[in-house]
Amino acid sequence: MTVNSDTCVRLRGIGKSFSGVSVLRDVNLDIAVGEIHGLVGENGAGKSTLGKIIGGHYAYDTGRMHVFGSPAENWTPPQALSKGVVTMHQELQLVPELTVAQNVFLGMERNRFSVLANDENERLASILERTGLQVDGRARVSSLSIADRQKIEILRAIARDARVIVMDEPTSSLAADEIQRLHETMLNLRRNGRTVIYVSHYLDNILEVSDRVTVLRDGDLVATRPSAGTTRQDLVSEMLGGSRDTTIHSLRPPEPDRDVTQLEVRSLSSPNGTTNVSLRVGRGEIVGLVGLVGSGRSEIVRAIVGADAATEGTVLVRGKQYRRRSPARSTALGMVLMPEDRRNQGLVLAMPVRSNLTLPHLARFSGLFGRIRNRSERRQSRRTIDLFDVKPRQIDGDIATYSGGNQQKVLLGKWLLRNPSIVILDEPSRGVDVGARRRIHEAIGELSKNGASVLLISSELEEALGLAHRAYLVSGGTVVGEIDPAAEPVDKVLQALFEIRAASKSGAPQHAGALQ
Amino acid sequence: MIDRHKVTPFLRDYAVLIMLAGLLATLTLLSDNFFTYRNLLNILNQNAPLAIMACGMTLVIIGGGFDLSVGATFAVSGVCAAWVGLHIDPFLGLAIAPLVGLMLGLVNGLLITWLNVHSFLATIATSLVFKGTAIVISDGRLIPVRIDDFTWLGRGKIGGVFIAVIVLAVFAVALSLFLTRTTYGRRIFAVGGNEEAAVLSGIRTKRVRIMTFAIAGLTAGVAAAISVSRISMGQATAGTGLELQAIAAVILGGTSIFGGAGAVWRSLAGVFLLALINNGFNILNADPFYRDLTTGVVILGAIGISASGKSR
Repeated sequence: MTVNSDTCVRLRGIGKSFSGVSVLRDVNLDIAVGEIHGLVGENGAGKSTLGKIIGGHYAYDTGRMHVFGSPAENWTPPQALSKGVVTMHQELQLVPELTVAQNVFLGMERNRFSVLANDENERLASILERTGLQVDGRARVSSLSIADRQKIEILRAIARDARVIVMDEPTSSLAADEIQRLHETMLNLRRNGRTVIYVSHYLDNILEVSDRVTVLRDGDLVATRPSAGTTRQDLVSEMLGGSRDTTIHSLRPPEPDRDVTQLEVRSLSSPNGTTNVSLRVGRGEIVGLVGLVGSGRSEIVRAIVGADAATEGTVLVRGKQYRRRSPARSTALGMVLMPEDRRNQGLVLAMPVRSNLTLPHLARFSGLFGRIRNRSERRQSRRTIDLFDVKPRQIDGDIATYSGGNQQKVLLGKWLLRNPSIVILDEPSRGVDVGARRRIHEAIGELSKNGASVLLISSELEEALGLAHRAYLVSGGTVVGEIDPAAEPVDKVLQALFEIRAASKSGAPQHAGALQ
Repeated sequence: MIDRHKVTPFLRDYAVLIMLAGLLATLTLLSDNFFTYRNLLNILNQNAPLAIMACGMTLVIIGGGFDLSVGATFAVSGVCAAWVGLHIDPFLGLAIAPLVGLMLGLVNGLLITWLNVHSFLATIATSLVFKGTAIVISDGRLIPVRIDDFTWLGRGKIGGVFIAVIVLAVFAVALSLFLTRTTYGRRIFAVGGNEEAAVLSGIRTKRVRIMTFAIAGLTAGVAAAISVSRISMGQATAGTGLELQAIAAVILGGTSIFGGAGAVWRSLAGVFLLALINNGFNILNADPFYRDLTTGVVILGAIGISASGKSR
């Protein structure tokens, strides 16, 4: 064991909330100098948030953080950098048209007689020699693979004398052999006495290379343990904890009586990464699309409603083939998609609540010469606001100032305003408080009882499996299996998803870049 | 201490009206000749073509676009009107200008949506194409049309009010209602406010954007008809720089440069704020050397007020 007894990052009682929703609570953690420390947890457990707090990208609300013994005050990325803490982002921040060496020393070039000294290659050579990493300093970044680009980010961190490097999902777009190389780089960094904080979904990767691993669940730190002797099963059961899903199971509406297919998809493929997807949703049925982040679930539903073009496959709505798909036609057919990102894809924040609610249904409120029928629009908006208990209750309220939960209710109300028959929900309760979440779950149940077909995407397995009558497992942009959520325990499903992903990683490399 | 949280948004929303009122009051105090029916109506009349174009530009900018070609559209429409008015029929000449403008606006909209390029780039290119077309049509010469049946639109009055001012009023009211009271207007706001959300809401965003450019072209054509009729002369160099004046007036009025928010009345206020500065220099016999400087300072002031407190 090479773990040094010195502590580089000390967290005491760290807590963080976003617009009233607590995402981290009372986290106590000591990260030792020279260790590779894994952070794992389900989607939304807070592992990325914790990584971002250490890197200075998020300010913590409560608690104290010490870095190399001194308190971390005004902890911003530049401040973190000056103390030797650097974050490596999922999206690499390099200048593609410059060379590797120029990128590594970007912003810290040396001058000779007031002109560029152009000595980056020599400076890079000395770093490469010291660390044992290998890369061609004269190559243009645009010509390199993603794995090599990550190496440049790491070199850049070392050039700035980084002693702690936070890596947030560094392997999400890497093929299996590239992951191996990244792991070698990490071990190399450790040999040089540097610390790596490794945030990832890939439990096997973490267990393979880390010294210790910390498990987070729902914003709580559950355990920190040595990686040696820990199995993936241990981590999964800790990530899920006890049975806290019983309350949702009772929400699942009764099985639909008749099995009339309302939506059927046959071998759908799209340039957005969707490959050969087939699925069906019956009348009154709630069907889950279950997969890890980046598995291509959102892309599949975008291809179904025509928000992204498809290259192959057919979609049948109520038995009739649906050609030339577009969001406009889908809406007219009664098939609606509630997108996952309410601020960027769902709401027009500059418009009042009423205009947002009726946006997909404007034709219905159109009178002579396209005049908006004001009374009818106001009445309908009032009804939806009451139905979903949106607060504040003003028809023309400024939606930009609403809480996340109420924005989400408006978004849901917008799509359900005209009683659609096929409803696709992408992360309907992301980042909302308990009350809004309950109301949203009730609304989904009511949809099912009224005979609508629901296709549900949720990163919280308990939610998707708790509400759905049936679920498809999704990985790499395609459907890889079908399960009965009532019969399968959540941890089994999660385990299966990790195994599927691990299998696809070691096999043919996925073009994961397209799935992000 | 006054509550800043309430005052700042008010200032921000109505900056242009406050400045307009201030300028009106100042000029009224400084000169007896300013606040007269005659002078005010003249200001309206002189600026009617620009104001009509600014109304059209408002729709483009709210929809998230920019049209740098309306000056060139103005030129093409103008020489077409003069040529047809001289060689075929004066009434037909005046009628053809709005149609030409509408067509050129459609061309802009179709190019932008088909090529999927930013409207800024596309209209820089089309403005050169249009300008060149105007030169070709006019053969590089002035086209004088000294016919009463041609000049009535720009010079005539009905019941003591210039026809041009009436046309402006009709366009201002019509486009205002179009923007705020119809489903089309609602869609323009949605496309400019969040295009992705608009697409996913089933709005055919390309059609909406084409429509805004067609309307901007139409207003440029109408403005050209009034202007050519007034000076009874078609020339390819007319309209140069008008697009920037129109954009400046729209932004000065407080319509968001990023799209999604704004109003027609704001642009009118912007036009007349700029016009009053000019008029003030004239009636006060002030040193014209300071005119551009003053205009620039006023624009900076308006931008400063509307930007204040925006970063929350």
